[in-house]
Amino acid sequence: MALMTCRELSLGYDGDVLVRDLNFEVNAGDYLCIVGENGAGKSTLMRTLLGLQPPLSGSITFGEGLRRQDLGWLPQQTPVQRDFPAAVGEIVLSGCQAREGFHPFYSRADKARAQDAMARMDISALSNRCYRELSGGQQQRVLLARALCAADRLLLLDEPVAGLDPMATQELYHLISELNRGGMTILMISHDMNAALRYASHILHVGGASFFGTKDDYLKAGGARRYLRRRGGERV
Amino acid sequence: MTLWQYFAYPTVRYALIVGVLISLSASLLGVTLVLKRFSFIGDGLSHVAFGATAVAAVLGLGSSNMLFVLPVTILCAVFLLRPGQGAKIHGDAAIAMLSVGALAVGYLLLHLFSASANVAGDVCSTLFGSTAILTLTKGEVWLSIALSAAVVLVFLLFYNQIFAITFDERFARAVGTKTEVYNLGLAVLIAVIIVLAMKLVGALLISALVVFPALSAMRLFKSFKAVTISAGAISVMCAVAGIVISILAETPVGATIVAVDLAAFLVCSVVGSAKA
Repeated sequence: MALMTCRELSLGYDGDVLVRDLNFEVNAGDYLCIVGENGAGKSTLMRTLLGLQPPLSGSITFGEGLRRQDLGWLPQQTPVQRDFPAAVGEIVLSGCQAREGFHPFYSRADKARAQDAMARMDISALSNRCYRELSGGQQQRVLLARALCAADRLLLLDEPVAGLDPMATQELYHLISELNRGGMTILMISHDMNAALRYASHILHVGGASFFGTKDDYLKAGGARRYLRRRGGERV
Repeated sequence: MTLWQYFAYPTVRYALIVGVLISLSASLLGVTLVLKRFSFIGDGLSHVAFGATAVAAVLGLGSSNMLFVLPVTILCAVFLLRPGQGAKIHGDAAIAMLSVGALAVGYLLLHLFSASANVAGDVCSTLFGSTAILTLTKGEVWLSIALSAAVVLVFLLFYNQIFAITFDERFARAVGTKTEVYNLGLAVLIAVIIVLAMKLVGALLISALVVFPALSAMRLFKSFKAVTISAGAISVMCAVAGIVISILAETPVGATIVAVDLAAFLVCSVVGSAKA
């Protein structure tokens, strides 16, 4: 059984349908890239998968014992966070929140988990640094470490490299594919088609003629070429 | 009289105890409110509390007016802090509307129905606190102690959750934190503090107790824990200094405390920019 299966999923707000009849499934170890135009409903899809808003119709089923609160999420940054006085360690640890129901203080296991997540993201040395003083790439790694605290198996990443310089972008892609090689299932919204085709195992194209399948099928179907042409003809 | 002789009076000791506790709990919540961009909620709610106090006075509730003012303020806090989805009037506009509306209605009611000979004086003391803090009864002192202790306790117990919903409410909700419950709890706590603080600094100056210590602490420190602890410490020191100065210099208590808070903020700003 798949980790997550979506059938006939329609998404939107207040009855306005953004996306209709989405069908796809995510298996353990997949690296699924969600692509599509701005406003096509990619972020809405992610929020719906996370349970932050209800689907208009259709179903989302979790399999293999995965529960919704086991999902890790790397959201896009909010303006509040840019000048927030918080140490890196505090933010990463907050990912352990609500793992075992309510408990007022973090356990030793939670703290070890946060240490481990920071080590994997190579930010252990930044533990006591202030979040708002970090570079964009470092901030993303902090939020990724927080997501790792929340999740063991499935990560949802919403445009993780938005606003990063090329160097930081490469580093972050590298870290994400390391995680994927280590067994973590990845769902990533991306505007970067080249990266999507380089790293992903599966592609979900949202909006217009929706597509779901392996990367190779996507290339054969010519979806990427059509998409790229509209975006100004980058070469694949 | 020297300061120590003043401390022989129970009312002075009560004022200090209550002042310290109220400013401590106000500053703790202030950190969250400032960071969540809700700095003005204190101001809005205090006006609501003023309006409710006026209604209570007209109804002749007398000393048991807390039983009316507190629930009304809590209701408004819940209304203002609920998530914005589906609301016709949003955030800052809702606060502005509620706050001036309550202020106007409150003053109007007092003017029309008050039995007191000195309406202007009553209004002034409700708005600026005047000497209310020095006229506390033993019952009010215990109530204030119990409520502020409850606020501090709740804050300590739920510290991690409060951090999580302050830094990133959507993420907290996605991983299963009951953010609605915590937001509701936060609204109730804020309302309790506002009603308590009206005695200390008066309705118009409450925001200062909520906002200044948090802003001062943020100039100096860079982690949430350090900011929270130092906001509490700064707030307590300012409250003690303000009360002592107001006794010695015979100045209005509320305004003096706020002036000390303002001075502390300026000092912290200078020190903070010197450090950076």
